[in-house]
Amino acid sequence: MIKDELRRGIIHENPILVLALGLCPSLAVSTSLQNGFGMGMAATFVLACSNVIISSMRRIIPDKVRIPCFIVVIAAFVTMVQLIMKAYLPALDKQLGIFVPLIVVNCIILGRAEAFASKNSISKSLVDGIVIGLGFTFSLCILSIIREILGSNKLLGLKFFPGYEPMTIFILAPGGFFTIAFVMAVVRYLGNRRKGA
Amino acid sequence: MTTPSVTRPKPDFQSQVNDVKRETVSLHISSSPHIRHGESVRGIMLWVIAALIPSLIASVIFFGFQALFLTSVSVISAVLAEWLISHLLKRPSSTGDFSAVVTGLLLAYNVSPLLPWWMVAIGSVFAIGVAKMAFGGLGGNFINPALAGRAFLMASYPAAMTSWKATGFGSLSGIDGITSATPLEYFKSGFSGENISELQNALGNLFIGNVGGCIGETSVIALLIGAMLLWYKKIIGFRIPLFYIGTVFFLFWIFNGSGDVFSSRALTIPLYQILSGGLMLGALFMATDMVTSPITPTGKIIFALGCGILTFVIRKFGGYPEGVSYSILLMNLFVPHIERYTKPRIYGEVKKRD
Repeated sequence: MIKDELRRGIIHENPILVLALGLCPSLAVSTSLQNGFGMGMAATFVLACSNVIISSMRRIIPDKVRIPCFIVVIAAFVTMVQLIMKAYLPALDKQLGIFVPLIVVNCIILGRAEAFASKNSISKSLVDGIVIGLGFTFSLCILSIIREILGSNKLLGLKFFPGYEPMTIFILAPGGFFTIAFVMAVVRYLGNRRKGA
Repeated sequence: MTTPSVTRPKPDFQSQVNDVKRETVSLHISSSPHIRHGESVRGIMLWVIAALIPSLIASVIFFGFQALFLTSVSVISAVLAEWLISHLLKRPSSTGDFSAVVTGLLLAYNVSPLLPWWMVAIGSVFAIGVAKMAFGGLGGNFINPALAGRAFLMASYPAAMTSWKATGFGSLSGIDGITSATPLEYFKSGFSGENISELQNALGNLFIGNVGGCIGETSVIALLIGAMLLWYKKIIGFRIPLFYIGTVFFLFWIFNGSGDVFSSRALTIPLYQILSGGLMLGALFMATDMVTSPITPTGKIIFALGCGILTFVIRKFGGYPEGVSYSILLMNLFVPHIERYTKPRIYGEVKKRD
């Protein structure tokens, strides 16, 4: 059960690599593993909490104004994350900058609220939030490992290959697009091969 | 549209009857085009390679054998990358059509002769692997692979890509690695607007290529010799180069900074601009790339005008001294739209009134 859910979140419905959601923050923060992981965890927290609240209120929220309601709930949790981060992880907060408050409009979170939490029970929504959040974190980590090594020849701030001159483009947005495209292609290839076998 | 010509001699009636009797009538059913030409991709690419040789010779004269070495590295890594990728994707190998050689040559012509060889190799692999093969190989690429490789290198190694070598011809010989500014860098930062005679004196050196710059871009005369070969073989047309260079000339003539369009200054600046930097190489060999430029005659003109305007804007107002590669890349992206709006009317078609 848990294994199936995890597989769904990380592989079959991976937000970045399969659903192609949340590409903006992915491009912006996946420049280093630290940033990618921090962003992923923050988004996972918001996703799980907002899924629970939205699911519990799904019968009260009128259909016509559901999106503003979702946004208010999400914004509350994002503000919490932001304040906590500012207090305890100021360095990470400085690195992520505007992209922490922008989690409010992250389409993965709104997408899960709309597509899942507003239609399913609280426990199911909690699990969904956690696994999708982990999928997001996982793919962000993969992208940022590749980009950090190629683009600044470091991993978690430590020098990686001695004597390799990093390709700056991988730190910039075009490099982010290339990395996402090629990781996506590899994931699709592996998926197709499994289906064929 | 021309009517397809029947190339086979018309068989006489009797033999047709015999054919029917023997029931061996073979009907060739194929979609258009029906008119065939002996020209092949391989043939065209070989002519382009031949047309690029004069520039290679010029670059060896001006920059020494390092230029030849870098060009070979670029070509070899481009061909190897293409071979390896077709092999990995289990596609028929396309190295035989020599298009990878052209990409490798053009990429090398777009980099500084002081660039480390492995950077050139990375650029080549990117040009072939990402800009060309990832989009389906020759004909599927929507931007010029060589220019994509150059843009990749520019973004990755900006310092190495913009340190230039002084030419070894007619200056101190025996010393390699004297860096110097390119004519366009001089124009952007060193030229005060007063010493116009300095620009006039430089025109001759610009024409033969005795100036700092990328490997294959400096010698205008060598590029023109190559382009004449391609014009003669009808591999490139006149429209794109003429309108591209013409637009740049015109804009620099009108906006020469003095407000007077009939002074000697007004003619020197545009001449200096069209002879320096990568404009000749870009306009003659890269904007005319068959895959990434429009097919329609009007489209070619729009494409060239766009390239010219962008080059002028980047050179005049941008942060970089040179803008040819970016303007061609940007216009490459517009090609599908240009082609859609300049589609020629079919003979007899009535224009729809909306």
